[in-house]
Amino acid sequence: MRLHKRIDWFVLINNCFLVLVGLICLIPMIHILAVSFSSSAIAATGSVSLWPKGFTTAAYEFVAQREAFWKSILVSLQRVFYGGAINLLLTIMIAYPLSKEKGEFRFRTFYSWSFFITMIFGAGLIPTYMVIIQLGLIDTIWALVLPTAVPVFSVILMLNFFRMIPKELSEAAYIDGAGHWTTLWKIYVPVSLPSLATILLFSLVTHWNSWFDGLIYMNNPSNYPVQSYIQTIVVQRSFATMTPEEAKLMATISDKTLRSAQIFLGALPIICVYPYLQRFLVKGIVVGSVKG
Amino acid sequence: MQKKILNREIPLHLMILPGFLFLIIFSYLPMGGIIIAFQKFIPAKGLFGDQIWIGLKNFQYVMSLPNFNDIMWNTLYIAVMKIILGLLVPIVISILLNEVKNSALKRGVQTAIYLPHFLSWVVLGGIFIEILSPNDGLLNQVIKLFGFESIFFLGDNKWFPITMILSDTWKEFGYGSIIYLAAITGINPDLYESAQIDGANRWKQTLHVTLPGMQMVIVLLMVLNLGNLLNAGFDQIFNLYSPIVYQSGDILDTFVYRIGLLDAQFGVATAVGLFKSVIALVLVSVSYFVAYKVADYRIF
Repeated sequence: MRLHKRIDWFVLINNCFLVLVGLICLIPMIHILAVSFSSSAIAATGSVSLWPKGFTTAAYEFVAQREAFWKSILVSLQRVFYGGAINLLLTIMIAYPLSKEKGEFRFRTFYSWSFFITMIFGAGLIPTYMVIIQLGLIDTIWALVLPTAVPVFSVILMLNFFRMIPKELSEAAYIDGAGHWTTLWKIYVPVSLPSLATILLFSLVTHWNSWFDGLIYMNNPSNYPVQSYIQTIVVQRSFATMTPEEAKLMATISDKTLRSAQIFLGALPIICVYPYLQRFLVKGIVVGSVKG
Repeated sequence: MQKKILNREIPLHLMILPGFLFLIIFSYLPMGGIIIAFQKFIPAKGLFGDQIWIGLKNFQYVMSLPNFNDIMWNTLYIAVMKIILGLLVPIVISILLNEVKNSALKRGVQTAIYLPHFLSWVVLGGIFIEILSPNDGLLNQVIKLFGFESIFFLGDNKWFPITMILSDTWKEFGYGSIIYLAAITGINPDLYESAQIDGANRWKQTLHVTLPGMQMVIVLLMVLNLGNLLNAGFDQIFNLYSPIVYQSGDILDTFVYRIGLLDAQFGVATAVGLFKSVIALVLVSVSYFVAYKVADYRIF
């Protein structure tokens, strides 16, 4: 009890410091949200900080009327759907054979190295770009989905998980006459659902957040996924995707509130799934990535 | 007997086949395409088409560019600083977080600091462009409030690299602290108890129990980060830089993008990309080997 007072001081300062650190991480998002709901005239003066001034939803109404914005959302949803499904399916189908012992699957080492090498050596931007062009994938959704069809990191997490499944399960299934295919879908997949959900969620987030491939593989801006679309509007500040009527209407709403609204909408789905992401974080990723 | 094993293996081959095909087409085919680096490449003739071979001319051309040294320096400087801060800040934050006994507060802070990791650099780039604006940006408003002159963070060569380093640290330190927190949680509580009996105060406990307990993970992450020595962060810099800060902010990856896709000098861009990939391969191989030796780290 002698030390009671000193420890209290440390706790107090430490707690305040960490609250401050937490706020520094949130303030930029809060600021953008406040600007997006502010009146454009006030926002243009730069006097909005963390609470909307002259509350209005005009920026969101404008965005809601923009066909190009909704088109890009649609492309993103498509991409997330196909991309997530293909990532998950391939992860399962690659991880199962690789989780077998060498005695059971003699080519295991060959395949493992084939997949691993792509993690540590990349061909680089231009050769990949040329391959996509020559496969005729430019301006199709497949240019966004197929090049990243095999998420090698997820495969590694999953194969390590599959290995922890007791061998007795698959041996019993084998004796009952089940083949590999049945064993995988009836035994391995059902007991791995939480891990698979984690991998799926991270794959969905990655697909939603990707923007560079959309930018280079889509010649026609109407095929942009939403992050590429936001990139051109907010970062490049290009008006190529805007119709003349929209440009006129735009003059009545400040650039700043409009940009903020679109930034926030681009982040919104991530914020919505964030509680689930966070729940999986400590459990899944840490256990999988750093076993040492 | 041999045949039986073979029959049992065939379904495994079939199962892995679709993924393997994707790997061949989208990873190994482009690796074959690296030959562009040694050609005077004309896109219309196609990859693996009848191109003119020019040996190492593309590499010599790049090395002779006056700004290539700047680009190498920028890449290394920004990457190294990001690696250092990306190690130190999460270690400090995780130690401080571990001292928080109020679980609601701890959880709240964690929720706040993990979030930026999941947002794209397009979203965050847009936010930073607003906040760092020299005229009406939030940060410059605060700076002016204290009586200083506003800073053009994204348009001043003196400030651009440090802005990249700090904003990246801001985005990733929370996520980075997860692994350290897990390591601290794994420390045997008896060690703290006996340290207390020996009269160790909070600082001494951190120094002699917590840090040694984290040592393995710290060394491991340090080693694995070696592979990022040439990754200065394309997504971030591409969304935040502009021609006025090329001098201090142009990195290998943005350079490859500009000469390759904007200037259509495919051969030169591929040569730079290959240069980067080979160095990265060496660094990653060394780091995995050291991690395996030091920490018995194996990824599969």
